[in-house]
Amino acid sequence: MTRPAPMTRPAPLTLLQLAMTLALGLVTALGIAQRGIADEPVRIVSAGGSITEIVYALGQQDRLVARDTTSNHPAQALELPNVGYVRRLSPEGLLSVNPDLILAEEGAGPPETFEVLEGSGLPIITIPMGFDLPAVQEKITAVAAALDVPAAGAALVAQVTEEVEGAQKAAGLHNQRILFVLSMQGGRIMAAGRNTAADGIITMAGAQNAIDGFEGYKLITDEAVITAAPDVILMMQSHRPGAITADDLLSHPALSTTPAGRDQAVLQMDGMLMLGFSVRTGQAVTELANALATAGH
Amino acid sequence: MAVISPDAPLISAGDRAPRARSLTLGLCLTLLITSVFGLAVGASDTSLWHALLDLAAGRELSLRDEIVLWHIRLPRLLTGLLVGAALATSGALLQGLFRNPLADPGIIGVSAGASLGAASAIVFGASLPMALQLGFWLVPMAAFTGAWGATLLLYRIATRDGRTSVATMLLAGIALSALAMAFTGLLTFLADDAQLRDISFWNLGSLSGANWAKLSLAAPLILLCLGLARILANGLNGLALGEAAARHMGVPVQTVKRLTILCVAAATGLSVAISGGISFVGIVVPHLLRLIAGPDHRYLLINSALLGAIVLVIADVISRVIIAPSELPIGILTAILGGPFFLWILLRQRGIVDL
Repeated sequence: MTRPAPMTRPAPLTLLQLAMTLALGLVTALGIAQRGIADEPVRIVSAGGSITEIVYALGQQDRLVARDTTSNHPAQALELPNVGYVRRLSPEGLLSVNPDLILAEEGAGPPETFEVLEGSGLPIITIPMGFDLPAVQEKITAVAAALDVPAAGAALVAQVTEEVEGAQKAAGLHNQRILFVLSMQGGRIMAAGRNTAADGIITMAGAQNAIDGFEGYKLITDEAVITAAPDVILMMQSHRPGAITADDLLSHPALSTTPAGRDQAVLQMDGMLMLGFSVRTGQAVTELANALATAGH
Repeated sequence: MAVISPDAPLISAGDRAPRARSLTLGLCLTLLITSVFGLAVGASDTSLWHALLDLAAGRELSLRDEIVLWHIRLPRLLTGLLVGAALATSGALLQGLFRNPLADPGIIGVSAGASLGAASAIVFGASLPMALQLGFWLVPMAAFTGAWGATLLLYRIATRDGRTSVATMLLAGIALSALAMAFTGLLTFLADDAQLRDISFWNLGSLSGANWAKLSLAAPLILLCLGLARILANGLNGLALGEAAARHMGVPVQTVKRLTILCVAAATGLSVAISGGISFVGIVVPHLLRLIAGPDHRYLLINSALLGAIVLVIADVISRVIIAPSELPIGILTAILGGPFFLWILLRQRGIVDL
């Protein structure tokens, strides 16, 4: 795999361009010498879907050489070699793409793999995770710092902050209770509790999570569904055959008795957009808030 | 009636010992070739031949090649050899003890116990006080404790007045496994989705986490168990005739039982701890060898160890290159390759075994 040639391609250059190139090269060289870094990382593995999105948003995608299974946005990222599930990375698989930097989501692993890789002198930078705006800002700043593009990082943070805050302002606060359904297993519903990405995006869109009795994603009983009394049901969009559909949820006996079931208020959103907590979170808040404004009333 | 002439061969037609011995030789050779493969094949482009040439010429290896060969492939190969040998030998030992070709380490609660231990560590590991955060040691140690604990408990249950009832052990083993699986189910319920993924990946097994630290802890004990297994061969041969007959032959039946169970618990427990759940090696390998070279444990145990090691290393090589740079869990491969192969043997041998 070859990277696009840098500025020194043997094309005819005007004197001005040559002078600028030289000056830029000199400045870069001085900067590098000052910081004592031999080279900027140019063969990067991104282990985490939200990190991959940020790298693309920073315009640094040419420096990516591989991605993990959860990196499915933007679509071009799918063309990169896949090093496997983010928590089950294989040491030789990672080394085989000759990386000079690994950007890993918090929780990526296993620890054995990272231990071997650290022994090889390969830098691994862990990017913190979280489900609110400060977490998104921190993520972008950390990725930009790792890629050595702090200015672009600051610009992206400002842009995302503006988008998210604008979206939140537009969304306002309302008392809609939202039940996020991750999946259905044998007629039972796997719902999002507190401290989940789904809970985070629901709160940011100004609504309430209908479940607050537990943390994480859990199977809940039919009675708990009725008690939760959601106004709107939120789920991930899936085009896989056999995935649950809005009709499956609406025909669920317990759900059909809730306000959401009566009003047929089921919203579907792209999973990575909604739960990724990355550069598209502003868009996610806007989409969710707009959909909520028309649903469940 | 056949007349026995003085120059007739001493070996009767039914004696498969020479065949078993040449099989051992063949397996040793295959093992060597497989091991070279295990070092030479991987996701990265590091070449074993170039590295050896460089070493022979006195040149330094690049850091990357050194890491790949010395810290990734070699510990992984050795772990595969040991785990394969341990699982297949354990299967053979238990089949001898229970006089049942269907026995495998799962039957004495090892697998379910290890699974419960690993799941507890995965689910509760994060909330332990810092002093108990053992990094990558936590899950293997919990798995080994679970495996060992389940087996010892089972042994206690099945032993009365210094005598172990094999039938009680078999039945209690099923009950204990069901209990352990229920608790694992409870943990699955408590787990968040990342932990759920970890639990299911652990159950599928992988040699990807192999390193020198784990190997140096597990290897001496596994080797000790493999050596011990060889000593048990004659006792198990005696037991094949039934416990009473074995006792009359002078086989120390209770000692053989106790050692067999401890040996299996230690070898399988350690294997499962460092590699997760790997199915089918313990059943297919000894069964295949019994069909080829007979049930004599003097040869069966050593041949099982060799073939088990070969099978696991081959499965591991496939698992690391088939979807490179990602990796397929090895337990999937052993079951995908082992299942149909086992069925094929059964169908082919139907006339003889007649199930």
